[in-house]
Amino acid sequence: MSRIWIMKFIFIIIISVVMIISGIQFYQHRHYQLPIVAGSGVTRVTRLSEYCESLQGTMADTYVFFLEGKEPGGKVLIMGNTHSNEPAALLTALVFIENAIIETGSLIIIPQFNNSGSRNTKPGDGYPLYFNIPTPWGSKKFRYGNRNAAPLDSWPDPDVYVHYPDRQLLSYLDVRNTNRTWPGRANGPLMERVTFATMQLLKQEQVDIAIDIHGAETMFPVTNCIVAPDTSMKIATLTSMTVKAMEGFENHVEPSPQGFRGLSHREIGDYSKTMPFLLEAPLPFLDQPTGPKTTDLLLNGKDPFLLSLSKQNKLFVPYDESGWPMEKRVGQHCSVVLEIMKQFSQKNVDKTIAIDNVPRYAEVVENRVGYYFHDPKKAEKDNIYIN
Amino acid sequence: MNAIMIIYYLISAFIAAMLIWNFIREKEDREKMLLYLIVLVPLILRILRIR
Repeated sequence: MSRIWIMKFIFIIIISVVMIISGIQFYQHRHYQLPIVAGSGVTRVTRLSEYCESLQGTMADTYVFFLEGKEPGGKVLIMGNTHSNEPAALLTALVFIENAIIETGSLIIIPQFNNSGSRNTKPGDGYPLYFNIPTPWGSKKFRYGNRNAAPLDSWPDPDVYVHYPDRQLLSYLDVRNTNRTWPGRANGPLMERVTFATMQLLKQEQVDIAIDIHGAETMFPVTNCIVAPDTSMKIATLTSMTVKAMEGFENHVEPSPQGFRGLSHREIGDYSKTMPFLLEAPLPFLDQPTGPKTTDLLLNGKDPFLLSLSKQNKLFVPYDESGWPMEKRVGQHCSVVLEIMKQFSQKNVDKTIAIDNVPRYAEVVENRVGYYFHDPKKAEKDNIYIN
Repeated sequence: MNAIMIIYYLISAFIAAMLIWNFIREKEDREKMLLYLIVLVPLILRILRIR
């Protein structure tokens, strides 16, 4: 065998070893199953494909949890993991699923809205594949996903994503972004089917409020806020003022832009009777000028470069040595969700939504988020949903 | 599977075959050899439908 072919074989072996090792890691991440413990408030669980048949059997299909009270009242939909790299949303949804007791009205929760995105990653940005949340019974391991669905599930991408039905031209990536594909269509690209199914859910279940939970960069102006269209603006403003006065944290209101299509807070309000809200909490991990993208940065939000920028007033949120820990983000989301329901109930007495056993900001900050998760090993098998 | 997907698989297979052919023909440039193999990885995964 010639010298050149020996070298070629060495190269093939090196590339094969790298491909196999990394391939196994990506495969395990994509197929890692998260146990969700349904709390005593959960009355039924279904799949999103119940509202759109073309989702059945795809990686985009996901669980929908119903928590129904004894008395009829208002109905609220909470969506977590629209962007699966903004994990405070998933954790907040799980706090509600595992703990909430509904007295009046109903709560519908989709914790892993972009299920395909939660099985995707961003290796070019050095994303960790998992993160762990400490709990009283050990640590709970989560997949860390990506903003968009995996190209393995939604492929090929178009050159330009033409939004349906407004025909606005969006980035090709947005065909896999479940916060650009609203209101969707039954036979469209996979993520349009996800949002279409959810629009059907909102209409069939006659949902009053839809809350889409997110996280955003500290250098992005639309952060630490509630985004609301005109129909939801009054309740959003009252919520913002109340949490600031009563719980001491900022959460300003941003108007939903009328000319930017495909967003949940835009299209849900325009294409249904449901009032949409989108919650943003600061997520330093997503900022570009940070140190390494580690799980510590993801969970604690501490970064020396952002601290330096903060001193130069380059950030849109207050930022000091304590960073933006997960507890603050989940705590804010819990309080804002509860406050939106309270304000809505005060304005619509016949559609009251009364919920117990969900912690507010100060409690989550004090106890930390893992305190509210139950041990799947001790839970009844019928109450565990693997996804 | 719709027609566009079949065309994409055919394109992937064609590019993969070209890369393998170039890798075999390359006699001197080590960087090019490595580059052909690295570029080949996602195409092979796609053709084999490994998810």
